[in-house]
Amino acid sequence: MKKELIELRVNGRIHELASEPSMLLLDVLRQDLQLTGSKRGCDDSSCGACTVLLDGTPVLSCTMLAASCEGQEITTVEGVSEHGSLAAIQKAYGDWGGAQCGYCTPGFIMTVKHLLSENEDPSEDDIRAALSGNLCRCTGYSQMYQAIKAAIEAEQKGMAATK
Amino acid sequence: MSEFSVIGKPIAMVDAAGKTTGAGKYADDLRVPGMLVGKILHSPYPHARIKSIDASRAEALEGVIAVVTGEDAPTPYGILPVGHDEHALATDKVRYVGDNVACVAAVDEATADKALELIDVEYELLPAYFDPEESMKAETDLIHDNKPHNIEKDYHHVFGDPEKGFAEADNVLEGRFIANEVTHAAMEPHCTLAAFDIDPHTGKQGRLTVWSSTQVPYYLQHKLSLVLEMPMSQIRVIKPLVGGGFGGKSEVIPLEIIAAVAARKAQAPVKIRYTREEVFWAHRGRPRTIVDLKTGITNDGRITAVKARVVQDGGGYCSYGVVTILYSGALLGALYDIPNIQYDGYRVLTNKPVCGAMRGHGTVNVRFAFESQLDELAAKAEIDPAEIRQRNLLKPPCITVNGLRVQSYGLPECIEKVVERSNWKQRKGKLPRGRGVGVACSHYVSGAANSIIRSDMPHSTVNIKIDRDGGVVVYTGASDIGQGSDTMVAQIAAEVLGCSLSRVKVVAADTDLTPIDIGSYSSRVTFMNGNATLRAAEDVKKQIASAAARKMNCAPEELVFRDDTIRCKSLAGGGARAIQAVEASVSGRVEGQILRGSLQQKRKDEGPKDQLTFEEAVVAAIDFHGALSGTGSYAPPPEARGGKHKGAGVGPSPAYSYSAQVAEVSVDEDTGEVTVHKVWASHDCGRALNPVSVEGQIIGSVWMGMGQALTEEMVWKDGMLMNPGLLEYRSPSAVESPEIEPIIVESIDPEGPFGAKECSEGSLAATIPAISNAIYDAVGIRLHESPFTPERVLSALREKKAQKKIDMTEGIDPAAPSRFREHGGSLWFRGKGPERHPLDPARRDAPAAAAGDD
Repeated sequence: MKKELIELRVNGRIHELASEPSMLLLDVLRQDLQLTGSKRGCDDSSCGACTVLLDGTPVLSCTMLAASCEGQEITTVEGVSEHGSLAAIQKAYGDWGGAQCGYCTPGFIMTVKHLLSENEDPSEDDIRAALSGNLCRCTGYSQMYQAIKAAIEAEQKGMAATK
Repeated sequence: MSEFSVIGKPIAMVDAAGKTTGAGKYADDLRVPGMLVGKILHSPYPHARIKSIDASRAEALEGVIAVVTGEDAPTPYGILPVGHDEHALATDKVRYVGDNVACVAAVDEATADKALELIDVEYELLPAYFDPEESMKAETDLIHDNKPHNIEKDYHHVFGDPEKGFAEADNVLEGRFIANEVTHAAMEPHCTLAAFDIDPHTGKQGRLTVWSSTQVPYYLQHKLSLVLEMPMSQIRVIKPLVGGGFGGKSEVIPLEIIAAVAARKAQAPVKIRYTREEVFWAHRGRPRTIVDLKTGITNDGRITAVKARVVQDGGGYCSYGVVTILYSGALLGALYDIPNIQYDGYRVLTNKPVCGAMRGHGTVNVRFAFESQLDELAAKAEIDPAEIRQRNLLKPPCITVNGLRVQSYGLPECIEKVVERSNWKQRKGKLPRGRGVGVACSHYVSGAANSIIRSDMPHSTVNIKIDRDGGVVVYTGASDIGQGSDTMVAQIAAEVLGCSLSRVKVVAADTDLTPIDIGSYSSRVTFMNGNATLRAAEDVKKQIASAAARKMNCAPEELVFRDDTIRCKSLAGGGARAIQAVEASVSGRVEGQILRGSLQQKRKDEGPKDQLTFEEAVVAAIDFHGALSGTGSYAPPPEARGGKHKGAGVGPSPAYSYSAQVAEVSVDEDTGEVTVHKVWASHDCGRALNPVSVEGQIIGSVWMGMGQALTEEMVWKDGMLMNPGLLEYRSPSAVESPEIEPIIVESIDPEGPFGAKECSEGSLAATIPAISNAIYDAVGIRLHESPFTPERVLSALREKKAQKKIDMTEGIDPAAPSRFREHGGSLWFRGKGPERHPLDPARRDAPAAAAGDD
């Protein structure tokens, strides 16, 4: 298939690249932009390891055509760290054992980031419902809830400190 | 002040930031210049002879660099020395749907996929075997010619006098339990990148470097050397981050060899990544197991004898099969005190993907049967199920009737803790109808005492190097697959050397850099690699101490290493000074960089010191010894290596972990749906080196056990997997996952590093029977087949009410179902199945179809 020029805005930076119209967003991120944080864990959009935010909404980058994302703000896990240091949710996932093998973690981080942007203080049921689109085989999810709660607390403390 | 400064505290894994930021590299994240994509052609038939392969059309396609077939690497291999029955690519026969036939190396994935369709393979179909008990009757068309009756291996063990034991019993129960097949489904699909260097002297292909998602880099190096006929020293295996293993990466997976063979032929680096469906075909999971179990107890609840006949559906090749079937028998021992055991185990070949090692290797399905039957017996003898387990405890230190040495034994405390936390006594049998609690126990090895490769080499070796900068580099072969072994190694090194964790850098699992460690399987890493790390760190510490002692005018034994400071034990007030020292070193002074002259001047000024900072001591030691490095290794002690009977090598371990669990469930009697509300899981891990990781492992094991108990099942139809996707396989999501309360029990093993034992596998086996027993408490049905799907629960409920059983498969022709068969069978409509051989038993009555055309 003939390549076409597309312009993607990823983590606040514009990339102009030649891509076949059939290219998936995940493949463009991983192969063309070397943003390998988003993972491929399945082939049928069942695992959520490739989750990225498209204008703030979580989508599975393995089922999006890259060309269809032009003009939208794409955020990958590489865009979550703040000024070179871990965001509260990333720190908490490490501290509370939310990540074991880490393969599903980027997807979860994106999902949680979206959850917390919509709902500052989610209940455990809200968290479970939000996470249900992402699969993890290591943690049994339990330690993720602790991590998310810790991240919310850290964020609230941080906000209180800056006020 | 606590006994330890680094271990025993919950800390983030040393590689956590790489995982949460996406910066960490897994095999599929790697690329090298000129890299090709490899794609494998798989067999569409469960059992067929390959008459010819014509790859000329594929080779002619633009962008295809090489096509490899069985002829390119004909040497057989297998993870066990007794099971060298696999080839990189099939040489004569294919033995399961998904077996490997050919591989294309092309410039991109699309080209490789296209090329696969252009390879012409002519097959001669053979009758296939799908059910192990049918397969055992086979006389002709054997799966492997040297395995009569398709039996890979059978073992017949008698310990004590089982007949006498059953004669002494007041209650005896017999039953058949079936645990269906499950797989690891680690989130990361297998991936391998293989690249050859060019030798500067010969100008030809030289050394091979392989980056692979593996739990066993050393075994991979060994098997690559065998198949490629290259010396091991010319092969370097590097394990990048691995996205979970659970045993699925604990042997050499076909793509790992195929990638190297393809790279050799294509003369370019080749990367192969499995699709999720290919991962299911590569499998190596827990076999479908049929357990015929007989247990006898006295009226006061003492177990007198156990007899088990176990048949495992092993799939098309040996893999770890011989070990699995031995574990199933050996681990009947070492949990409870059982005086008489009879075991008959059959590992059977079938035309399905290969089963191998999976979390709780060998023990899980038999434990489900045993703990369920023990619960039945307790009900029959009117003894509380927790109580009956307490009446059959071992009295360690002891050696069990089948030769397993037990030292530390936290099971009594595990049972006590879960009974207390779950409020068992107030709740067992007293919850409203439809809700119940169940208890079960399990155990597991902390590494196999006998390596699968027969040799006298240590199971783990670790090197430590410290330079003048005070940085500690640990070189370990331990393969971190997400369980946190790199962190464990760093913690042990830091604890022994009394330095902060941030000083320690771990270089792991790179066969060029790190000494041999046989890999991450059988829960051996903390115990064995931890001990090797401990010894290596003590070796270095001794060298530092001898130099520091001279500086401090005291005996080396008097020195205490802690908080980046070396102090003399006999000097009072060391603690206060230590705090000063720590403050000094955070002020920004880097001791290691002080010039030697000025350091000597400083020493003259100050005379003998009563304490040294870590850097000062290291500099002193390097000045004194010339270099600073240490080595430690671990081999299990001979007394832990088990008995002398045939097959005695599998089962013995230097230490066993113990687990007890209570599960609370509810059963919807209208739909048959089982919901697990909470699991209390206590686990004796010896000592928790990093409690957050230990809890994570316990929760993860229980969760995976719950998956096997309720939803996960590989559904087969004529050797074809019906549910090769994560959703269809039904791995539980966050919504279906219960609260799990981990309870750590520390029995401080006399031989473990700081007393630590296994914590990642032992808990899994107890969960399935705990749930099954809770279902019995809730609605009074005893389930004999896992997973406990709604249809099985409903069927048992109807049977209990003496109504007609529901049989979803009743009246369906299995060769051509006209309606869906069991769950997951969405692909099967009449006439849509693969062509079948006219002699295939399932096709007996069907009109003969033209065979041989693909």
